[in-house]
Amino acid sequence: MTMQEARVDHTIIKDFVPEGARVLDVGCGDGSLLALLEQTRSVDGRGLELSQQGVNTAVARGLSVIQGDADTDLVTYPDKAFDVVILSETLQATQAPKTVMEQLLRISDKVIVTIPNFGNWRARLHLLLRGEMPVTKSLPYSWYDTPNVHFCTLRDFLSLARELGASIEASAALDAHGDQLTWNVPWSVWNLVAAQGIFVLTSQSPKDTA
Amino acid sequence: MSTQSAIQAQPDGAILSIAEPMVLASGDRLDQCDVAYTTHGTLNADRSNAILICHALTGDQHVIGTHPVTGKAGWWETLAGPGKPLDTDRYFLVCANVLGGCMGSTGPSSTNPATNETYGLSFPLVTIADMVDAQAHLLDHLGIDRLLAVIGGSMGGMQVLQWAARYPDRVASAIPIAAAARHSSQNIAFHEVGRQAVMADPNWQGGQYDKAGTRPTKGLAVARMGAHITYMSDNALHRKFGRNLQDRQAISFGFDADFQIESYLRHQGMTFVDRFDANAYLYLTRAMDYFDLALDHGGVLASAFENTTARFCVISFTSDWLFPTSESRAIVHALNASTAKVSFVEIETDRGHDAFLLEEPELFTTVRAFLTSVAEKEGVQEESRPGEVTP
Repeated sequence: MTMQEARVDHTIIKDFVPEGARVLDVGCGDGSLLALLEQTRSVDGRGLELSQQGVNTAVARGLSVIQGDADTDLVTYPDKAFDVVILSETLQATQAPKTVMEQLLRISDKVIVTIPNFGNWRARLHLLLRGEMPVTKSLPYSWYDTPNVHFCTLRDFLSLARELGASIEASAALDAHGDQLTWNVPWSVWNLVAAQGIFVLTSQSPKDTA
Repeated sequence: MSTQSAIQAQPDGAILSIAEPMVLASGDRLDQCDVAYTTHGTLNADRSNAILICHALTGDQHVIGTHPVTGKAGWWETLAGPGKPLDTDRYFLVCANVLGGCMGSTGPSSTNPATNETYGLSFPLVTIADMVDAQAHLLDHLGIDRLLAVIGGSMGGMQVLQWAARYPDRVASAIPIAAAARHSSQNIAFHEVGRQAVMADPNWQGGQYDKAGTRPTKGLAVARMGAHITYMSDNALHRKFGRNLQDRQAISFGFDADFQIESYLRHQGMTFVDRFDANAYLYLTRAMDYFDLALDHGGVLASAFENTTARFCVISFTSDWLFPTSESRAIVHALNASTAKVSFVEIETDRGHDAFLLEEPELFTTVRAFLTSVAEKEGVQEESRPGEVTP
């Protein structure tokens, strides 16, 4: 297996994952993130993926990936089964995002979530000026064929995390080109410019970051 | 425990006589039993490259090479051989005829040493766990402490699951294909029809046909015909046979094999009886019926895998209605609950349950990649095969 240049979001996630951790990647696609984590972090990795094609590709690269649905299959894992659970660009495609988040926080103390930001200025302008549901590079689907059924903005996600009693241990944002935003600005700015948000949630005693 | 000579390959087969009594799940005892087996490839110096292949209901130990009775190729030559996913250049393959079978391992057609007569129905009922215990004896004999993998389809897959549950320390990885952790009501029903067909044959003679000098070939053939339908999908039958007529232009308004499918099934039934013992068919179908891995573990399937460190690769086929994907998914969920490392692939095919025996590229890719990854982690060296082209 040759390693392709890793996606920026994958590289950022990688830095949040401790060496040798037991990891579950929910919605792992073809397993490229898991493969990266196994190679660079020696993780004990598992994956869950809805699409059969993704599963077969991942298993063919020697990864422990199963075909399944985040909405229905997370209940089969015991409490605190993993050191880290990753939900990468998947929350918006689930039927019950809140339940999924609750399950993730149940099976691991550390949950890394990445979400496409519906609050990005391009999306806002698209709706404002054209009066159409946004179709952008990072959100390329038309409203009628999108697998994404529950969009949220970064701000919305933060509210959900608060409601679930999870605290944000770390976060990062990427622009539409997939580059990391490094400016130290308030959330309202990130919520406008970021195309993707990456959050490290912890279900343990919240360290209040306000 | 083992001798140097035991490590030599036995491609044509050998027989291990277990002299110590085996206590069976039923509580009965077998004072002596034989295990007929074949091996292919070479066991490496640290004995870490052994793969146990578990055969299905009507399979046997002749995985590779010409079958001594039928003259046909081994039943899993699609998957096993030099350069194949079960690569004999890299792995040491072991396959044993199951206890209760009829290709050399002790079963109802064997002679009871106590009476010098054929066992027949006096042979004790054997279970999947008993089969696995007999295989464990064989591995002891071969000096194999730990299997790199145990793999099998259908009833073979049941043995794979039983292996992981019963001997967790001896299994580095498990590949149950088209299998289930328990035999479903529908499947027990099909088996019962098959058994009743055998028993309805007057030549069955209450199971003592050997003594009577008869053979219940008609009953066994009908049982096989019925079972064979369950191994295929409706789509595959339509694709292969449709409503095509057999060697005729029009229907005969009679009960000849007008249709190709009838002729095909009759042929399947007739050839089966040449190589299979009717009582063994009763015993092995019963062993499958009795299989319920959760039941042996307080009703919780996950408990069966509590102590396993094995990696699992669970494989099912979309058109398999005998061991449907839902059965594999139940296994996967139980493995999740015990936080075992598991891969699960459902392969798209219209060939039904028998797909595991056929040319299914996605099956080959999956098994090859999974085994390569396990072998790497277990430190099994890759054999160099100059001139060999791997697909």
